[in-house]
Amino acid sequence: MNQSPNLNSFREGPDEEGRFGIFGGRFVAETLMPLILDLQEKWNAAKTDPAFQAELQNLNTHYTGRPSPLYFAERLTEELGGAKIYFKRDELNHTGSHKINNCLGQILLAKRMGKTRIIAETGAGQHGVASATVAARFGLPCVVYMGATDVERQAPNVFRMKLLGAEVKPVTAGHGTLKDAMNEALRDWVTNVDDTYYMIGTAAGPHPYPEMVREFQSVIGKEAKEQILAAEGRLPDLIVAAVGGGSNAIGLFHPFLDDKGVKIVGVEAGGKGLDGEEHCASLTAGSPGVLHGNRTYLLQDGDGQIKEGHSISAGLDYPGIGPEHSWLKDMGRVEYVPIMDEEALAAFQLLTRVEGIIPALEPSHALAEVVKRAPKMGKDEIVVMNLCGRGDKDIFTVGKILGMEL
Amino acid sequence: MTARMDKRFADLAAQGRPALVTYFMAGDPDYASSLEIMTALPKAGADVIELGMPFSDPMADGPAIQMAGQRALKGGQTLAKTLQMARDFRRTDDATPIVLMGYYNPIYIYGVDRFLDDAISAGIDGLIVVDLPPEMDDELCLPAVAKGVNFIRLATPTTDDKRLPTVLRNTSGFVYYVSMNGITGSALPDPSLISGAVGRIKAHTRLPVCVGFGVKTAEHARAIGASADGVVVGTAIVNQIASSLTEDGKASAATVAGVETLVMSLASGVRAARLAAAE
Repeated sequence: MNQSPNLNSFREGPDEEGRFGIFGGRFVAETLMPLILDLQEKWNAAKTDPAFQAELQNLNTHYTGRPSPLYFAERLTEELGGAKIYFKRDELNHTGSHKINNCLGQILLAKRMGKTRIIAETGAGQHGVASATVAARFGLPCVVYMGATDVERQAPNVFRMKLLGAEVKPVTAGHGTLKDAMNEALRDWVTNVDDTYYMIGTAAGPHPYPEMVREFQSVIGKEAKEQILAAEGRLPDLIVAAVGGGSNAIGLFHPFLDDKGVKIVGVEAGGKGLDGEEHCASLTAGSPGVLHGNRTYLLQDGDGQIKEGHSISAGLDYPGIGPEHSWLKDMGRVEYVPIMDEEALAAFQLLTRVEGIIPALEPSHALAEVVKRAPKMGKDEIVVMNLCGRGDKDIFTVGKILGMEL
Repeated sequence: MTARMDKRFADLAAQGRPALVTYFMAGDPDYASSLEIMTALPKAGADVIELGMPFSDPMADGPAIQMAGQRALKGGQTLAKTLQMARDFRRTDDATPIVLMGYYNPIYIYGVDRFLDDAISAGIDGLIVVDLPPEMDDELCLPAVAKGVNFIRLATPTTDDKRLPTVLRNTSGFVYYVSMNGITGSALPDPSLISGAVGRIKAHTRLPVCVGFGVKTAEHARAIGASADGVVVGTAIVNQIASSLTEDGKASAATVAGVETLVMSLASGVRAARLAAAE
C-alpha cells in the first residue's frame, strides 16, 4: 500500500480530489455533493484571501488567546529523568481545548457562504462547546448531536453547551458515541442543505474538511516551531499528540512533517487492550475502509460493518481516523501507538500532582507515551507534546473510577 | 445485467404504465422470511426489486431503514448472504430486475471485482450505492458498467441543471429521483413539484425516471406515477415488516402476508396512474 518513498514533501496533500494516496476522497450522498463542491470553492477562495486570514488571526489573538504558551515542564522532566519535556498548552485556549481554532475558521467560512444555522457532532463535548461558543459569538443557532452515552459521561460540557444557547440532541443509535452522533449530523445536513453549515470537529469527513481543519489547526504546530526555536535554538527530537479523529495531532505534526530529524508519534486509545474489542486503535488494529465521507483506517469486521470502539476518553471514542493520518502511517512518516485506559489514567494523575495541571483524558494518552519514552532519551534531547485540552470536564469520570465521592 | 432492466421498462412503457419499484432490507428479520418476501413481491405486483444491503452506519437513511438494517445484521446477514438471496430468488424468477442498494464499505471490503463477478452470477441487474457520487466513479461505477451491470444514480433537488449531466453520465437502467432533500422515510412533497422535476430530468436523458422518498400509499403511487416512469416504495414496506414482528423481533404469520397486501394495493395505484392522468 506504500506509495513512492521518494516524495519531495509530506506536506503537499491532498490532491484536487481530496486524496492522500488512496485515503480521503468524497464518499457522500448526491444531495450533499453540490454543497461539498461549493464549500470547496469558498474555502479555496478564503484560504488565500488576506482579509479572511486577518479576521481569523484577530479572533485567534483576542478571543482565543493565541499564541498558546510552550511550557517547559521542569518538574515532570526531573521526575522522568530523561529528555526535556515541553507542553504546547492549547488547553489554555478559550473553551479549554484546541477545538476553538477550527471552529473560528469554519464559522467565518459559514458566514461567507451565507449559512444561517450551524450543526456539529461531538464526542467529549469539547468540539460541541467550541461550536456553541462561536455560534453564540456570531449570533447563529446551533444544534449539537451527541451520543447518549457521551451526554451522560460528559455532563458538564452538555450544560455548558446549553448555557451557550445550543440545542444538544442525544443520539441513541448504536452505542451512543461519536460515530453515531456523526451519522445523525449527516442526516440533519442532508435534510437542511439550504441554510445549514456542518461544522465537522476533526480532520476527517469528505474533502475539503480534512485539509481545511488541518489548516485551521496547523496554527498549533507553526507556533510550537517558532517557540521551540526561540527557547532551545533547535527543533525537537520528538513530537507527540493524541489521535481520536486526529485534528490536534495533524495541527501539531503538519508543520514538522518535512523536518527529517523530528520523530513524530501519534497516540491512539488502546482502551482495555488490543486483544479484545474494547479499544479505538483504528490505525494499529484496523484496516482501510470507507465511512463518513472518506477512505481511512477503520475498526470493522470481515463484512465491512463498522465496530463500536471503546475508550475511557469520549474524545478518542471513534472507530475511524482522519485520512491524512492513514496516509502518514502507510508512508512510515508518523508512528502510531496505542495507550491503554489505565496508562492514561496514571498519566492524568501524574501531571496533576507534579505540574499542577489537570489534563483532559485525551492528551493524557499522549502524556502516557511521553512517560514511556522520555526516560529512555538523553537529557539533551527535547520532546514537545500537545496538551490539547484541560481536564475539568473529566473530573467526574475520573472520580468515579478512582472511587471518590464528588 | 442491463438487458433485463431495459426489457422491463420497455414492456411497461408499451403497457402505458409506470413501474412499481419495491425496496426491502435483505435479511430482515431473517434470511428465510426475507427470501419469502422477495419471492412474493413480483406476484403482488412489484416490477423491479431493490434489495437493501444492510450497513452498520446508514447515513442517508431514516430510523425505519436504520432499524431494518440492524435487525438484519443481528440476524447474521452479510453481503455474501444477500448475493445468495438473489441467487435463490432467480431459481423461480428470471424476469424481475434486481437492484442492490446500500453503502460502499461492505462492497469495498468484499473486493470490487469479486463482488461484481458474484453479483452478475447471482443475477443482479443494477447497483445503487448511496455514498458513491459521480466524483468517485473510478471506485465501482466504471468497473460495473464495463461488466454490464447498471449503475443507477440518485438525482436530488440539489442536483441543478448544471450538475445533471455529470450525474447522468455513466448512469444506466433508470434514474432514481429522490423527491426531497433528506433521509428515507420523510413526508411526501407536493406531486406537482415532482412532475416538474421529472420533466427537468427527462429533458437531459432518455432513461426512465423513477421517483422515491415519501411514497406510502396507493394514492401516493398513483399521483407520482402520473408523471414518473416508476414509483419507488421503501420505508412503507420496511415499516410493514417491522409492525408484523413478534415482541422478540421474530417474523410472524403476518410478516409476508402484510407485505403482499401492501404491495398489491400500491400496484393498483401505479396501474391507475395513467388512467387518472388521462382523465
